[in-house]
Amino acid sequence: MTMLDTRHDQAAEAEASAPATSATTSPAPATSPAPTEAPVLTMAAAINRALADAMAEDDSVLVFGEDVGALGGVFRVTDGLTERFGERRCFDTPLAESGIVGTAIGMAMNGMRPVVEMQFDAFAYPAFEQIVSHAAKMANRTRGAVRLPMVIRIPFGGGIGGVEHHCDSSEAYYAHTPGLTVVAPATPQDAYSLLRAAIRHPDPVVFLEPKKLYWSKAPVDTSIEAEIGRARVVREGTDATLIAYGTSVGVALDAATVAESEGRSIAVVDVRTLTPCDDETLFAAVRATGRAVVVAEAPGFASVASELAARIGEHCFPYLEAPVRRVTGFDTPFAPPKLERHYLPDVDRVLDAIDSLNWED
Amino acid sequence: MISEDLLPRETPVRLVDEHGEAVSDPQYPAPDTGRLVEAYRALVQGRRVNEQCSALVRQGRLAVYPSSHGQEACQVAAALALRDGDWLFPTYRDSVAVIARGVDPAQALVLLRGDWHSGYDPNDFNVAPQATPLATQLLHAVGFAHAAALRGEPTVVLAMCGDGATSEGDFHEALNFAAVFHVPVVFFVQNNEFAISVPLSRQTAAPSLAHKAIGYGMPGERVDGNDVAALLAVLDRAVSRARSGEGPSLIEAHTYRMQAHTNADDDTRYRERDEVQAWISRDPLVRVQAYLRGAGAIDDTAEAGFAADAEVVAQQLREAMNSDPELDPEDLFRYVYASRTPQLENEWAMLRDELSRTEPATEEAR
Ligand SMILES: Cc1ncc(C[n+]2csc(CCOP(=O)(O)OP(=O)(O)O)c2C)c(N)n1
Repeated sequence: MTMLDTRHDQAAEAEASAPATSATTSPAPATSPAPTEAPVLTMAAAINRALADAMAEDDSVLVFGEDVGALGGVFRVTDGLTERFGERRCFDTPLAESGIVGTAIGMAMNGMRPVVEMQFDAFAYPAFEQIVSHAAKMANRTRGAVRLPMVIRIPFGGGIGGVEHHCDSSEAYYAHTPGLTVVAPATPQDAYSLLRAAIRHPDPVVFLEPKKLYWSKAPVDTSIEAEIGRARVVREGTDATLIAYGTSVGVALDAATVAESEGRSIAVVDVRTLTPCDDETLFAAVRATGRAVVVAEAPGFASVASELAARIGEHCFPYLEAPVRRVTGFDTPFAPPKLERHYLPDVDRVLDAIDSLNWED
Repeated sequence: MISEDLLPRETPVRLVDEHGEAVSDPQYPAPDTGRLVEAYRALVQGRRVNEQCSALVRQGRLAVYPSSHGQEACQVAAALALRDGDWLFPTYRDSVAVIARGVDPAQALVLLRGDWHSGYDPNDFNVAPQATPLATQLLHAVGFAHAAALRGEPTVVLAMCGDGATSEGDFHEALNFAAVFHVPVVFFVQNNEFAISVPLSRQTAAPSLAHKAIGYGMPGERVDGNDVAALLAVLDRAVSRARSGEGPSLIEAHTYRMQAHTNADDDTRYRERDEVQAWISRDPLVRVQAYLRGAGAIDDTAEAGFAADAEVVAQQLREAMNSDPELDPEDLFRYVYASRTPQLENEWAMLRDELSRTEPATEEAR
């Protein structure tokens, strides 16, 4: 907690207080009871709740990884699961990422629904081969005969003052790989609902948890179901659209608030599923405003932000008043803790990008 | 003391020598003759499949074939050591094992012809897709076995790899996971002395590959990989050990690849002809044939029958490979996700449009 810088905490809170429930996902079932008081949870607790609920509901859901048992994970996301479900359902493995993902693949081949934890983004790289060559391709190799319902949870992104290898944004590697579904929630509610959906999903899901938001709090209604592949309009606006995911959603919302005080009405879209991407929602939002900025922490070159900008350029060109802008991390290795504030896209950088969108005034 | 139990023998286990003479072993009883006749029959078929596939490569009918000529005893024993509910996790070189396990030969070769990345439904035969990246499937085998064990099922998983693959990280992660979780897996290494051109001495400085087992806390054993009787005895023991809850083991079979790595490889660049010649006299077929003949278990008539059966398989293979199946380009988009994404729908629409303009005949035929 102390690692968090306060300005970003505020951003997370501003974000959490955004109309998360109303804008979230598919409409609530008609039969849903009058809204009861949803508990306020941190994102870490929301993910923990999702894991516990999925395990309680389905015996084949297993959780394993490094330090996920007695310790409850270095971010406490798996806290209490071993106690509650026993060591057969939630267990510590040897320290071997390829081993974790590779054995999860075999388990999924044999009727289980493993949910594995990679301790930090850059420590998932030893498992890269298993993720891209095997998890992603098993259904394809076997013409759909063998499906791998498994989730690879990866804490990702910076903003926590972590030392090297603890702050990478590795989403482009996974999003680039056909066969993988890549999800990145930005609120505790989405973390809960999207993880439940990911565990039910028939294909392997890389579930990216913005670690800076682990301690952000918001009400979580466990009856809300999310659909993978749907973006959400977090904030309506008429002049320009900011597109973001993960921690950057908070940055975009803060920038939109400031821009509003300067007289510009800015929409914000949370992408939520990076692949398959919800082109429909994105394009509609951009066409309505005619201007777009994509915000993400990862280095910009060959990034998910680049892909989104390119898609918008291809499909919304007649509606655009200005070229699509990207606000991303630099094309450098992730910054050391004392320099990360210069690296991370912040409100000012987003505001500058908005200012550059060819306004007549 | 424990280590003594886990250590492999000084010399590989052998039950039938190069002249077809029985070698008695206090630890490993010889398989009964009926089983060896069955094994011999599978060996004859395996050899014929290897020959046929090599010919199909020369005729341009197969894109590539990594032959297991010389290693057929390992291939056959791997398949015969398993029961119906067990699973085999093979590599690209293990087509003969895959076929011996029951997969239709033509389906097994779809990968090597280039129609698709695997040609059979793994669930129909309990055979995982043949793996090309080295050692990765060993981890899948461990996870698969672990899942079975968690459900209390008696499944045993046999996972195959070559000597070169034992240098990969996944090999070590797989052995370690299997030992720590005590899962019913048999790791079966076919040490054929080469990884493409690189000799065993460049893969390891260990006394043998089987010695690696003790570092993970599981038993290792070495076996003559050209002696199908010894292979069956050693694999049987490992399989029943796994089935009775005693955990994984590692078996190293000493054998030799008689041909080049694949048709794309020139083995005269890295090994002497004398060395290859020397292994001819250790041929796995000749040895068990002499043994069974000596025991009066097979005669000319039986042999003719085996050869004829093998010929039928070879002919079916030729016929299957000589026909060019119609491949459906939509398959490209079908098996990426459980439900097709809008992006893939668009890409398929684009390809369909291209096809309608460039291949009107095919389109009309649809
Ligand atoms: C991870 C990986 N690296 C490299 C290769 C290329 N390659 C294919 S076969 C081979 C040699 C494998 O030797 P070995 O494990 O001894 O098996 P064998 O071919 O002798 O059966 C190599 C290097 C590969 N398939 N996978």
